[in-house]
Amino acid sequence: MQADIKRASPAGMLLVTAALALLSMLAFMTLGARGSWAFILSFRGTKLAGMVLVAYAIAVSTILFQTISGNRILTPSIIGFDAMYALLQTVMIFFLGAAGATAVDPRFQFVIETAAMVGFSVLLFRALFSGGTRSLHLLMLVGIILGGLFRSLSSFLQRILDPNEFVVLQDRLFASFNTVNAGLLGISAIAVSAVTFVLWRLFPTFDVLSLGRESAIGLGIDHHRTVTILLVLIAVLVSVSTALVGPVTFFGLLVASLAWQITPTASHRFVLPIAVCLAIVTLVGGQVILERLLAFNTALSIIIEFVGGLVFIFLLVRGSAR
Amino acid sequence: MIEIRDVTKSYGSNAVVDRVSMTLPAGGLTSIIGPNGAGKSTLLSIVSRLMPMDEGQVVIDGLDVSRTAGDVLARRLSIMRQDNHITARLSVRDLVAFGRYPYSKGRLTAVDVEHIERSIAYVGLQAFEHRFLDELSGGQRQRAFIAMVLCQDTDYMLFDEPLNNLDMKHAVETMKLLRRLADDFAKTVVVVLHDINFASAYSDRIVAMRGGKLAFEGAPKDMIEPSRLQAIFDVDCRVHAVGEKRLVNYFE
Repeated sequence: MQADIKRASPAGMLLVTAALALLSMLAFMTLGARGSWAFILSFRGTKLAGMVLVAYAIAVSTILFQTISGNRILTPSIIGFDAMYALLQTVMIFFLGAAGATAVDPRFQFVIETAAMVGFSVLLFRALFSGGTRSLHLLMLVGIILGGLFRSLSSFLQRILDPNEFVVLQDRLFASFNTVNAGLLGISAIAVSAVTFVLWRLFPTFDVLSLGRESAIGLGIDHHRTVTILLVLIAVLVSVSTALVGPVTFFGLLVASLAWQITPTASHRFVLPIAVCLAIVTLVGGQVILERLLAFNTALSIIIEFVGGLVFIFLLVRGSAR
Repeated sequence: MIEIRDVTKSYGSNAVVDRVSMTLPAGGLTSIIGPNGAGKSTLLSIVSRLMPMDEGQVVIDGLDVSRTAGDVLARRLSIMRQDNHITARLSVRDLVAFGRYPYSKGRLTAVDVEHIERSIAYVGLQAFEHRFLDELSGGQRQRAFIAMVLCQDTDYMLFDEPLNNLDMKHAVETMKLLRRLADDFAKTVVVVLHDINFASAYSDRIVAMRGGKLAFEGAPKDMIEPSRLQAIFDVDCRVHAVGEKRLVNYFE
């Protein structure tokens, strides 16, 4: 197994995963189609576009977060992004009521949420991140504690919430790929393109950053500045994916771990696209199985989190947790 | 020329580097010696801008290290540190290629490839160049990191205890290699060393630190002397002259 992986070429691996991703997208668009193609293509196309955006955002944000933290079992949710999203939703329903919250333009809501999450992360970095590896760890620890605080606050508010409104809230907090928020696709695509443009310019630094802070500085990288920019971009990507489908904790970990495992090189030129392709295969392919084989009897996120949890334990047991 | 002026670094009230001033001339091999906790590695980290200093200034060829752009310095100065923990799974060649980043920003040219191959050959790792770092012995890994510094090809090269994990043969080869860098390529080599005899045999200058302060500096023949070594390390030792070299016996 090990030897086979080593002999496989990274470009070949990328081709294989890209082909699989295309295949699952094709399957999603055409399988079991009955009736007017115009309707099917636009109906499924919206859903597909949402899933591809989410797959891209989660894969890229998780890989980059792991690169700057030098740790392969972390995901951006560790800084409390998921918990913050849940708190924002809870507060909104609590103060505006279910009807009021539903009436707010989702695009406006998206901008507010993204601004809050980016603002929160920038504040956290400004206060705590002085550049060293140790301060990155401190940042994460504080993030974990704040995440706990957000979670307790939301569960407190949820307890005193009207039961009817609580049901509306719960629906929003369960990640669902089935009800991709179509109204947000345009603005999400713009946000993701802007992030991608900046990432493209920073691309050569990713491999160097994975050598660790000291080596990166020794090779001439402005570590503090680069890491701060990357953390902000990660915050935007996480906001996009949570706004579109809701919080997904393990999905990123699953995809990133698989990508590091099967890519025969540590170069981001291959790991990043392979992770994105794997994310598309998992999301879109999983959705096909859910719709065609399981007849919508469960939610995709439940399957993904179940498998993600197993992979997580597998990684810990294998000792690749570093 | 590396000018270190009144550099201080403290953790709480404990100054690990305490108002150190010294000038390291361009060219030659300088060893920094001293007991554990003397501040040698910290000073090296400050000079190579890996660690911010609380006070003072370090100027390399007229460039203030805390103000000069990182990539400009990366073409002047390279450092090999003691603990090189890397999460990414890299082959020897991948690692050495990173040494060219300050020049090529990730797009290797023919000149870069030539540098990479020459550096790998220099440390004798040609047979292992496609092995992953975690498949190498401690000494081989150490040499891979040395090759990366060679590949960066800077005028100033700093090494923090490069002889860690090396057996006799490779320790001697490494020191000869550093010597060649100074003699044949006119590099300025600064090495933190624990083995006093290596410092004695291979250095042009020895700088001794103790308790965060500069204790002594000078040529090996002045530094390798029982009373000085006693003052630096608190160890009784005898110094023997063997040919032109001075050897320290501290085992009795």
